[in-house]
Parts: sequence; C-alpha cells; structure tokens
Amino acid sequence: MARTGVFVCHCGTNIAGTVDIDQSVEASRGFPGVVHAGEYRYLCSEMGQDLIKNAIEEHNLDRVVVGTCSPRMHENTFRKAAAEAGLNPYMLEVANIREHCSWVHREMDEATPKAIALLRAAAAKVALNDPLDIPELDVEKRALIIGGGIAGIQAALDIAEAGYVVDIVEREPSIGGRMAQLEKTFPTLDCSACILTPKMVEAAQHPNVNLITYSEIDEVKGFVGQFDVKIRQKARSVDSVKCTGCGICWEKCPSKAPSEFEMGMAKRKAIYVPFPQAVPNVPVIDRDNCLYFKKGRCQICAKECPPEAIDFEQQDVVIERRYGAIIVATGFDQLDPSIYGEYGYGQHPDILTGLEFERLFNASGPTGGKVVRLSDGKPPRNVVFIQCIGSRDKARGMNYCSKICCMFTAKQAILLKEKVPDARSYVFYIDVRTAGKGYEEFQRRAAEEYDVAYLRGQVGKIFPEEDHLVVHGVDSLSGKIVEIKADMVVLAAASIARCDAPEVGRKVGINSDSYHFFNEAHPKLRPVETHTAGVFIAGACQAPKDIPDTVAQASAAAVKAIGLLSKEKLQGEACTAEVIQDECSGCLNCIAVCPYTAITEVEIEERHHGGTLKRTVAQVNPSLCQGCGSCTATCRSGSINLKGFTNEQILAEVDAICL
Amino acid sequence: MSVGVKEKAAGWEPLIVAFCCNWCSYAGGDLAGTSRLTYPSNVKVIRVPCSGRMNPMFVLRAFQRGADGVIVAGCHPGDCHYSTGNYSARRRLSAFKRLVEFAGFEPERFEVRWISSSEGDKFAEEMTGITERIKALGPNGKMRDARWQKKA
Repeated sequence: MARTGVFVCHCGTNIAGTVDIDQSVEASRGFPGVVHAGEYRYLCSEMGQDLIKNAIEEHNLDRVVVGTCSPRMHENTFRKAAAEAGLNPYMLEVANIREHCSWVHREMDEATPKAIALLRAAAAKVALNDPLDIPELDVEKRALIIGGGIAGIQAALDIAEAGYVVDIVEREPSIGGRMAQLEKTFPTLDCSACILTPKMVEAAQHPNVNLITYSEIDEVKGFVGQFDVKIRQKARSVDSVKCTGCGICWEKCPSKAPSEFEMGMAKRKAIYVPFPQAVPNVPVIDRDNCLYFKKGRCQICAKECPPEAIDFEQQDVVIERRYGAIIVATGFDQLDPSIYGEYGYGQHPDILTGLEFERLFNASGPTGGKVVRLSDGKPPRNVVFIQCIGSRDKARGMNYCSKICCMFTAKQAILLKEKVPDARSYVFYIDVRTAGKGYEEFQRRAAEEYDVAYLRGQVGKIFPEEDHLVVHGVDSLSGKIVEIKADMVVLAAASIARCDAPEVGRKVGINSDSYHFFNEAHPKLRPVETHTAGVFIAGACQAPKDIPDTVAQASAAAVKAIGLLSKEKLQGEACTAEVIQDECSGCLNCIAVCPYTAITEVEIEERHHGGTLKRTVAQVNPSLCQGCGSCTATCRSGSINLKGFTNEQILAEVDAICL
Repeated sequence: MSVGVKEKAAGWEPLIVAFCCNWCSYAGGDLAGTSRLTYPSNVKVIRVPCSGRMNPMFVLRAFQRGADGVIVAGCHPGDCHYSTGNYSARRRLSAFKRLVEFAGFEPERFEVRWISSSEGDKFAEEMTGITERIKALGPNGKMRDARWQKKA
C-alpha cells in the first residue's frame, strides 16, 4: 500500500487567498494511500522543502503530492527535494492549484472543491507511480548558430573562445546581418561597420568558427546533445577556396539586378558580394539574372577570373552534421508600409522606410553617402519622420512597440543635420520611448541641439504637390492641424518577425507568439532558452531589440550553450515508452507514428508448445524516445505504455476527478 | 427518470474534464492563470505529454465516470512539441467523435481544440465556452455507468 504525503502550499496569499488550505489538507487526509498531510506558506522555499524532506523521513513516506503552482514552474524543485530525502524523484506529483485554480477562480467555495479534486487526482496518480531511471546521453561538442548577424557572430565568438567548435549558418552570401546595413549606431554614433566588421573578420579567422554562408537549414532531427542537422549550402557558382576576392568578376559582369542589401535602391551585378566588407569576400552568381544561366552565353567572369574560381557546374550541397546545441539568431524584417495607403509608400521615391533612409548616409550606399532625394538628387530641406508605422496599432493587430524606432529616428535626424546643415526635421510620434543607457540624453540632444521638431500626433495623409510632398497631420498637444511641405518622408516601419520565422521555428522546434516572434521558455527567468532543450534564441527573432540588448542576449545564449557542451553526459528523458513484448502482436503501427524513430522491430524467441517460436515485436530505444506517447495510443493491443503517464495513471486521475 | 433530470432540478453543475498537452495547452492554461483570467471551476485539467498520447479510452472513461463534457487541447497543427503528435490526435479523435455520434451519444460533449502556450485568453474562452454549451445541453445521462456512484 502506498504511503503518500500531501503538502499544500499557501504561496503567500496566491493560493490561500482563494483556496481554503485547512479544508484541502483535511480532505487530503481522507484520500486512499495518504498517511500524512501538511501545509506551508511557501513550499518552494528552503524551509518548505525541508518540511517535505523531514516528513518523508518521519512518516516513512514513499510518495509525495504537492499542491502548488504549475509543475512547469517547480516540479523539478520538489523532485530534487524528494530525491534528497531518499525517494526516487519520480515518486512525486504536482497538483496545480495556483495557475489552474486559485488564479482563475475568484470565490473560495468554487476554488476549494476544485483544489481538492486536483489534489485527489494527483494522489490517485502518484499511488501508481514507479521509480524511474534517468538515462544518460552523449553530448556532441559542437554548436550550431542559425543566423550570422551581430547576435550570431557574438554567440559564435563566445562559444569559440570557450573552446568549442561552432558553425554559423547564414542565408545570405555574407555574415553581418542588419547591423551591416546601418550607418551609425545610437546613442554613441559609432560607425556601425567600424565596430561590426572587426567582429566579422574575427569570426572568419577564429580556428573554432566555421562560416557556412549562402546556406539554409533543411532539417533538424534529434534532441539536446545530439541534433542531426541537414544544411543546404546553395550553389555559389564560385569556388570559395580558389577565389581571392579580387573583384574583377563583378567589375566585368554585364548583367545587373536590384541589390537586396540596398533594398532595391541600387543595382548590383549578377555576380556579386552584397556589400564591400562582406565576409567571406567570395561572390555568388545570382542564377536568375546571370546571362550565362539565362541564355547560355557570356561567361565573362570565368574568362576574367585570375584563379579560375568560377564554377558554373556547382550544385547545392547538403551538409549533414551533429550538434550538441543550437542557437537561433535569425533577426527581423522591416514591415512593408505600403499596407498603409495613407502614407503613399511605394508610390513616390521620396517616401522611404527608416532602413532605406539609413542607407543614404552610407558611403557605399545607393547615393554614395550623399543625403539626397531619390527623385531629383537634391538635398532635402524638410524631412518628416513618422513613428509607429505598424507598431502600437491595435486596429491592425500589431499591438507591440518596435522599441528601436524612437531612437533610430533621433539618430537619423542628428545625422541629417550634420550632413545637410540647413535641413529641418519633424517627428510625428505617439510617445517618445527612450529607455536605455544614454538614450534619453541622446533624444533630448536631437530635440534641443539639432533643432528637431517633435509633434505629438499622427499623420492622416501624404500627397505629392509640385516638387514636394504635403504631409497632413495633427498636433494633438496644440490641437491644431499641421501641414508640412516635406522634401522627404521617413516611415519608422515596424520591426516584424522574419517572414519565414514560423517555418524555421517548426524545423528547430521553437514555438512563437502571435506575431511570430520566437518564445523564450520563461519571459523573465529563462529569456534565452526555449521549450526545446538545447535550443536557444538570441536577438530580434525573439522580439524587437537594439544592438546592446541583442549582444547581451547572444552572450547569454552562448553561456547556456557552453554550459551544455561542457557536460560529459546529459540527463535524458525518464518518462519514455516501454513495450510489453509478451503482449505485442508485432503490427508495428507504433513505428509509423514515432517522430523520433525510437522504435525498431526486433525478433524474440518464445517458448511455444514445448518448442521455441520466433516472433517480431516492437522495441523502444529509451535514449531516443522523448516521451510523447503517440505510440501508446496507436497500439491496438495496449502493449506499449508510457512511463510517468501510464494508461493506469491517467485513468486513475480521471476516476479521481470524476468522484 | 434519468439521472439528468433529477440533477438538473437540484442546481446541477456540469463536470468538464480537460486533457491538455504539456507544452502548449497546459502552458496556455498556466498563462490564463498568470494573466488572472477566469473560467468556470467546472473545468478540471489532466496533464498529458502530448495530445497524441490521448487514447480515446480516457475520454470514454471520463464519460462513464460521470463527466458531462470532455475537451482535449493540444498544440496547433504544425507546432507540436513532438512535431507530429497532434496530427495523430486529430485523425484519431475526429474518427472517435464520429463513432461516439454513431453510437447515439451527443457529439457536442466532446471537443478537440488547439491552444498554444501564448493563448491564455483562448484557453479561458474555450473552457468557458464548453462549460456553457454543456450547461445548456444538460447532464450526461447516456454514457454514465450507474455502478459508479457519485459521492455526496
């Protein structure tokens, strides 16, 4: 017979406020198998854990139920406590009487009976618990980083410095990401390239870092410590080993296409590096625009290339590699503001997004660093910045703040004044948000020293008139309608999740919020982990973020990955499926539903009417099994069970809840 | 007289058993709690690792033991923590629902929903919704096992 102890937590008033603790304890005493019941103000505290440990010894308990917060919060805490008192950690069950009870019900006469029902179910389940062993797993001492922006680079360097090999997979031909597109960074006005490119080069030259550029993730299988990843390296059409990056090919190439890096504001050649500081400095051939691939003639690049590095026959290569940990740092996209008809984006060359305007300042940008109107090449006198394009817009379901726009707008207004001294900037804003070290001071400088007019209000319409744009807006502080003759309009378009974020999340096993940003495991306490063990996130793929936050998060993710890689063995999943081979009929339907190929068919010998009989049955590999239990529901003969969630345990919970 | 009519007269409250997958829907339920949303206490959650773990037997057992409604909640299709468990659940449980209907039981008593870990509000809405629908439908008299007596 079970000797169960039940412990009910007050959680201050979080539980005790709506659940009658005394009544719950009293009721628990009457559950089958319960020999002791107690309560404590904070069970998760050291004192609370000691209370459990002492009771285990004093009452000779062999299993424990705690009525506390969600098992997703403290199950491990209590399992550890039970283990310290000599129990197998799996001889414990959690009744979630906080998140699923006291916090969602307001009345005590409603929450208390429910809490008792949940405790009763946990007690019924724990009576059927068996001690479980935690399998030990190997760790592949190699990390994968998806995304080669500043987050990916920083994480890679940190991991490499700790002595582990790390691969960066970057979709574009060069690492660098969004930060490479920026001219200056707020609030210090550091030249972005000047602080980024040394890190790019460091990553390229570090003996522990491998750059796998122009590549994408095809498939991720496996689990923490042993992720098996297929990386598709797209055909570059250039031999990276032979190429010296001399640049003759892209000088001679006769075919042009819009540059992705310049967001279509400038042209690049069909053989190109995305920007001058590209790392690796090896071009790619854009086969959609190359004359040879289109028409079968040209090959000028191949004729001109001194080391004969051009290889038109190159094919996509799939690299298969095993990794212990994965960091996803895929960054963000900028919203296309043309969904807002009133701003006229896309209909006039002088209406730009923030990122497009940024490129005008850059010496290698579309205008060679001259801030001029794209329509007529003249420097702008009046520039209107409009904030929150697609941010904080409840009507369109984009409720969040993009966080960086207030600051980059202040930066661009300052840079503009420096480049075009008689220019005047107007900023339409909802609120100016400048939380961050030195940010408020920076924005104040823009307003006070750089003559930037901040207008609290929104713009209703922008239309061209003669050689300028008329911006119709409201200044809500003065209550007046404002009309500005602008030479340029810059839209602070929202930072949004990458368009393929859901696909990447699905491949790697990260879930997303309603805006498709990746979810961290806990919003406060586990900001870089995900719910998939061994997969971490960093940078703007999690939420809009500035560079300092991105770098900090990247280093944090790196530390988590290093911690994982430094382990000799990892603890695997204890709740795995198990086949009762005597009962298995060998239909092997379970193999088809197992997502981890953890089930194989084996032949067993059985005694049968005096002789032996060979028979095919299923067998689970516990180090591959992740414990989803799909096989158990598929099994016709009910001969697979899932440890920790057995059929008997779940039915016992059902029975107890329905009492 | 069926069990239902008698209970209805005496201020009957339905019992709803919710089977929630650990990774999405159970976490969605947690989020409903942390966000201090409310839903009726008629709903009691049983945690399963994955909606793919759901053997229809569990649902039948709940009805047999006196549950008036059962809801199974899992990750959205495509978002399964175990990549494909909820697809198995979807096929198996939709076939099961038709079977239940064929057997003459009210299919409305059994629902499957996809609730992600970020959808605390949807969790509360779905739980409120099924409770209200079951209240309107009345007690489960057809599949209850008379030998399984409800304690006073």
